[in-house]
Parts: sequence; C-alpha cells; structure tokens
Amino acid sequence: MNAITNVSRRGFLTAAGGLVLGVVLPERSKLEAQQFGGGVLPGAPAAIKPSAYIHIGTDDSVTFLITKSELGQGPMTSLSQILADELDCDWSKVRTEFAPVDTTLYGPVQGVVGSMSIRTLWSPLRRVGATGRAMLIDAAAQKWGVDKSQCRTENGFVINTSTNDRLSYGSLTDAAANLPVPANIQPKDPSQFKLIATPVKRLDTRAKASGRTQFGIDSRQPGMVYAVVERCPVFGGKVVSFDATKAKAVPGVKDVIQISSGVAVIADNTWSAMQGRRALVVKWDEGPSATVDSAGISKMLAELNQQAGVNARKDGAGADALTSGAKTLEAVYEAPFLSHATMEPMNCTADVKADGCDVWASTQMQTPSRDTAAQITGLPKDKVRVHTQFVGGGFGRRARTDFVSEAVEISKAIGTPVKVTWSREDDMQHDWYRPAASVKLRAALDADGWPTAYAADIACQPFPMVEKLSRTAVQGFDDLRYKIPNMQIDYHMASTHVPVSYWRSVGHSQNGFFIESFIDEMAAASGKDPVEFRRRLLADTPRMLGVLNLAAEKAGWGKPLPAGRFRGVSAINNVGSFNAQVVEISINRGKLKVHRVVCAVDCGHHVNPMILRQQIEGGMVYGLAAALKGEITINRGRVQQANFDTYDVLRIDEMPQVEVHIVASTEAPGGIGEAATPGIAPAVANAVFAATGKRIRKLPIRAADLA
Amino acid sequence: MAAVKFTLNGKSQTVDVSPEMPLLWVLRDVLGMTGTKFGCGMALCGACTVHINGAATRSCVTQVKSVAGKSVTTIEGLSADVTHPVQQAWIEQDVPQCGYCQSGQIMNAASLLAKNPNPTDADIDEVMRGNICRCGTYQTIRSAIHRAAEIKARGGKA
Repeated sequence: MNAITNVSRRGFLTAAGGLVLGVVLPERSKLEAQQFGGGVLPGAPAAIKPSAYIHIGTDDSVTFLITKSELGQGPMTSLSQILADELDCDWSKVRTEFAPVDTTLYGPVQGVVGSMSIRTLWSPLRRVGATGRAMLIDAAAQKWGVDKSQCRTENGFVINTSTNDRLSYGSLTDAAANLPVPANIQPKDPSQFKLIATPVKRLDTRAKASGRTQFGIDSRQPGMVYAVVERCPVFGGKVVSFDATKAKAVPGVKDVIQISSGVAVIADNTWSAMQGRRALVVKWDEGPSATVDSAGISKMLAELNQQAGVNARKDGAGADALTSGAKTLEAVYEAPFLSHATMEPMNCTADVKADGCDVWASTQMQTPSRDTAAQITGLPKDKVRVHTQFVGGGFGRRARTDFVSEAVEISKAIGTPVKVTWSREDDMQHDWYRPAASVKLRAALDADGWPTAYAADIACQPFPMVEKLSRTAVQGFDDLRYKIPNMQIDYHMASTHVPVSYWRSVGHSQNGFFIESFIDEMAAASGKDPVEFRRRLLADTPRMLGVLNLAAEKAGWGKPLPAGRFRGVSAINNVGSFNAQVVEISINRGKLKVHRVVCAVDCGHHVNPMILRQQIEGGMVYGLAAALKGEITINRGRVQQANFDTYDVLRIDEMPQVEVHIVASTEAPGGIGEAATPGIAPAVANAVFAATGKRIRKLPIRAADLA
Repeated sequence: MAAVKFTLNGKSQTVDVSPEMPLLWVLRDVLGMTGTKFGCGMALCGACTVHINGAATRSCVTQVKSVAGKSVTTIEGLSADVTHPVQQAWIEQDVPQCGYCQSGQIMNAASLLAKNPNPTDADIDEVMRGNICRCGTYQTIRSAIHRAAEIKARGGKA
C-alpha cells in the first residue's frame, strides 16, 4: 500500500510500487512546476499551492499535474476526473499541466506504455484526492474551531454542517499546506462517485478544434534552427564519407554535420533543410544486411517454427497429447512487419547549453528521454528538463528515444536550439516495427469435436532483447483462456536486422489473429457454431464469456443477415481487459467491405465511458487498417514502403459502423487503449471464411484471398 | 528569395522567401502559425489543408508563389473564437483524440459544407477520404459534420 506523505518535509514517502505520492511540495518544486507549464496553461496560476498532483490556488483554481503523456488516449481528462471526484472540487475550475520528470515524486519511469495509465494510477490518485480533501476539511475545522466531523465538502467548498458556513478551497489552501498529512484516508465508496464513470467532456477538445494545441513538432524556441537527417537506408549501415558542397549551396542551409544516426542538414527552416538534404551526397557502408529481403525473412521464420523451441507454457501432457485425438488440425499463420505511421512524424527540439539541456518532445517516455539527453550531453540528469508536449499519435513508436538523441546531439554540436523533423518517408523507413511472425498451430479434437490438445510454435523476433524466451512474442498464448486439457506453447527466437518494438497491443497484435482464427478453424472442423464453440471452452472464464455473449446478442448472432452479408467473431483478453467483436462484411467483385463492428468490453471500473468508446473504436480501426492494408516489406535490406501511397491506412469511406457496449463492472480497472486492436483482424478473417470457405492465414488480407 | 504578397486570415501578408517554398512551411516556420500540420508532404494525408480563395487545398504541395494575390485561410483564421459551425460540432461531439489531423479535417469539412450545406454520408466520405486520422475518429467526424450542417442552417447557433 502506498502511503501518502508530505513531500515538503520528506515525511510522506513510500517506496511500494515505485510511486511516491505527494500532496504538498516545497517551494523549489513550485518554481519548477511553473517553468514546466507543459502545454495547456500559458503559465501557472499566480497564487499556487504546489503539490505533486494537485495545486489549489488562493483564487480557487485547481491545477492537476498530469504525469502521463496525452496521445489522444485521454489521461488529461480521465486522471483529472479521478482526482477531482475524490477531492470534491469544482470541475469547471480544473486545469491541467504536464508534470515535469521527477523520479522522487513520480517513480522511476514516467511513461505511457501497455495501457497502464488508469490501471496504475486509479488507486494512488483516488487516495491523493481523498487526502487533499481531508486536509482542506482539517484546515476549515481549525478555522471554525469545530470538530472535523462537523464538516463536509461540496464542489470546492468545505461546509460547516451546523451553521451552513462555507469556505472555498482556495481560502483554505494556505492553511491546509501547513497541516500534517493525515494517514490512511480512504477514498470514496464507488457508489458516491460523481465524476468517475461519467462521460465528462474532454479537457483538450477545444484547443484541438482551434489548432492551438502545441504538439512536439510545433515547438519554437528563440534562435532555433531546423534540421533533417539523412540516414542509411539499410538498418545498421554507417556513413563512409559525405560531400556537403552542393547541400551548403542551397539557400538557407547553414551547416551539414555527421551525427550517430547519419548526416544532419541544418537550415533556417525545415524546407531549406529538406532541399539541402536532396543535394547531399553520402557514401554508405550498408553493412552485411544489404542483401536481406522479406522472402528470406519469411522462410527463416517458417523454418524456425519447425524446430525445437523454448517452452513458454505446458498444460497436461502438452503437445504429446496431439496424437490422441479423433481428428487433428495443423496450420501455419504469418503476420508482417508493421509501421506505426503516427500522424505527427517523429521530431524533437533540443537546446543544449553548458549548464543544462531543454528537450521539447512528443514522447511516450519522459524519463528515458531525460536520461538519453543526460547521457549524450554528459550533464547530470537533474540538469535536463523534458517539456512534455502533446503527442500526435504514439501507438508505441514514441516509447523509443531515437528522435530525442538526434536533436540533442545536433544542438550540442552547433550550440543553438534545434528542431529535428522527420519526413514521412524517414518516419516509415526508420521505424521500430511490429515484428513479423510465423506460428505453427496444431490441435486435436475428440470424437465430439471438442479440443483435447493444442500446441503453438511461435517464431518471432524478441523485444526487449532476452536470452531465451520473449514474453512479448508469446503474449496471448501464455494466458490463453480456452479450456483445453493439454497445451504446449513454444517460442523460437528469430533474428533480423530490422529494428522491432512496441506496436499498439504488442504481441497480441499478431497473436490475437493467430489464436482467434485457429479457434475458428477448430470450430469449423468440429462442425460447431463459432460462438457456441467458444462459449463452451470459456465456461470457466466468466468475464470472457460475458463479453462474448454481449457482443453476440447485440450483433444478433445467429439471426438472418441480408443477402451477401457474413459475420465473424473474436474474443480477446489483454491489458487486463476483455473484449469480443462481431463483424459484418460483404465481398463484392473481389472487394471486402466491413459494414459493422459490434464490440463488447469489460475493463472493470471505467473512468470515462466516452473516452472508453473512443479508445475501443480507435483501437479497432488501428487493427483494421493493418488487417486490410498493413505490410512493411524489406528488399536489399531496406524498407520498400515510404509514404501513405505505398503504406495506406484506413480512410473514412472504409470506416464501418461501430457500436461499443460496456459491461458494468466493479473489478479493478483494465487498460483500454490497446484492448480492441487485436480482435478485429481475426473477426474479419473469420467472416471471410464464412463468406468464401477460405481461411485467411496471412495478413494483410489480399484481394486474391477473397475469390 | 522573392517577396510574395497574399491575404492571410483576412490580413495582408508579405513574405520574403524562396518562391518555391511550400505554403505549409511558410506558415509553420516563417510565420510561426503551427495550427496547419505537416503529415506526408505529398498531398496524401490532408493534415496540411487550408483554404485558398475558399477552396480546400493541400498546403504541403502548394508553392507560396502560387498564392500571390490570393486569400489564404488557416485553422487560426477559420473563426475568431472557435465558433465556426464545424468547430462547434467538433467540440460538442468531442471528435479529436490525439488531435493532430484535426485542423486539416476541420478545414476540409468547412469547405465541404460551404459547397454542400446538407451532405449525405456518401458525400462526406467522398470529400473526407483524403484526410487520414490514425486515431480512428471517422465515425464521429461523420456525425459531427451532420451536426455542423444543422448548426450552420440555424445561422451558426447550436
């Protein structure tokens, strides 16, 4: 249990869970907080009582410090809802700022990955808010000379229940800051929530509808120059030499320098830098990977999963039981590399000085961004200030800090602030990709068609780097909920020169497709309805069963469809949540159209049903784009796709009608940002099977697969 | 370098830049108006959409010399106080998630409604398919455009 401690006296600390929660901060941090006015506010309120998460101004303003980056997933609003509900403040007075990096206050890593924001902050923020409220009550009780049991709060006021006198939080904030922090303050009973679980309007919408939101790429600093970087087209290649004569002759180009990742062209504006880069001549040593292509990688993966692997899970007799079935099935599935293609290309602005470094970044990883800058500059970590900017899409790409490194290196070399902007082509060809994977799946069914054994051999590149077993590569298989007595999951480590990393829903993004398609194959082989088949195997997993039944009911599973329409289903558990999807498709003249997606989700307690719907819808769309179109291929060691003409994504005319149904739940909160991404590809592929009798075993789905 | 004169959000504007520089970079880097976004540089994603003499145009492939004497409107100039019917509808329906593509979406939607005050879903899809959103806000974009059409029909009052 995290205790809430008074950080100003260092009497208020706990280490449990890596979180340190403060309600009151010293003056030094107040100044820092003002310097780091990260986006929403032009500056901190004049009369501020600082704290790690909550500032209450004497003007009754309430400012919450948001430790998570806002990528669109809504923490600015939802985390504020949690704090405001427990604090019982006036929602209309709530403002937010992005918190500075501070490992003492916010734990060892500030970052956004794994749909963790609400999952990790739900309990701590409720207690911080409740403790803040208790301190304001204490301050009022002292002022009135009454017992605190005689006080209640309402919408930013403490009320004396005997006299009906009212004191605003702002009038109590100075006194409250000097009080000891009460221990063991319990948050509200959920039945008393006023803001939590309501569709509060997003706090960032107005700015985003006006064009005034500042994303990383919008950062402008006095004296700033602009840079672009030419990188080796083959991953791992190195600069042999470069000739900058023509580049430097381009009007506006100021300098051309070599950095770790390539050659940087520095200019008065982005366009001049891009023009200079076109005139730059670089001789590369492309290294040993310059002959690698996708066909070779596919072959390597397919061969790997025929060999002995590292065991990740074994139930019962494992794969040995495959021979005992009345019927056996075997299939090999494949998924390609994928790019993230965030709308805001990678970029970073840095200002390196002898005594400190400022970094303005749209990042998912503030603490690693700081540490990267400290390492490059040689400055102590506390001399690096990361200014978290609004993020124009992350999806895992911005968990890396390569773009931060470039800006810091260049600024350090040239001694002025610099903004590095990646072109769309840079972004797509120098991504950290979703790894390609090949999986051999086998199952044995008994005489009634029920599975008795199941085995998966997974060949996939690991990340993070591990010696034997990549947990991200076996995600979904390792906690597969279908009840099958004998199960064996083996991992086969693959290696390519292609950099791979987190992509929305990580290993589930491909494994969800493999698992839910093969379960459909098993259902078909047993002659059973795909929903009925899953129901029986999920009988011991009520939350999975709950979403499956809800999606099936809302979609009218089993009811007649218009001619030419077909349904497919999937059910997924990931990021602590459960979701099932039922899609309706049609295929006309070789063209697949997804008409409708019904999604049921159980994520435990939820904070904002509107943001939940957005994230389920958006996560599904992200997966649908990949299922229908997404493929990064390698030729001569380099990525062949470059822009949205060769790596297209979902567009509005391809957008299905989406319904999101939320299961009411009081379980601990689950994640939502990645929940709906894995389930859409198998649901669509299973609907294609219903339509054509052909099984899609390789993504993306091609026109040739539909005939 | 050459002086190019045009009207920007209702005011006369002269810039002294390379005449081939795309309007996008003139707006963002030279004039510091960062509401218009860079997405692809090839008119494939719509993030950079502005109005030139009222018509939705991709500023990333529009050389600044081509707007000489013309009227350019950016997201910053679409309304004085975020009150264009499209912006009202966007706020009412909480369209944006990350928000990066939304300036372009809004500018394109505003241009659509100027020509077609009551578009069908098919009309919306046809015009808006050039604007990519990776957060998947398309369903809400459609409904917000219908709502904006209603607001516009009531003289801009929600």
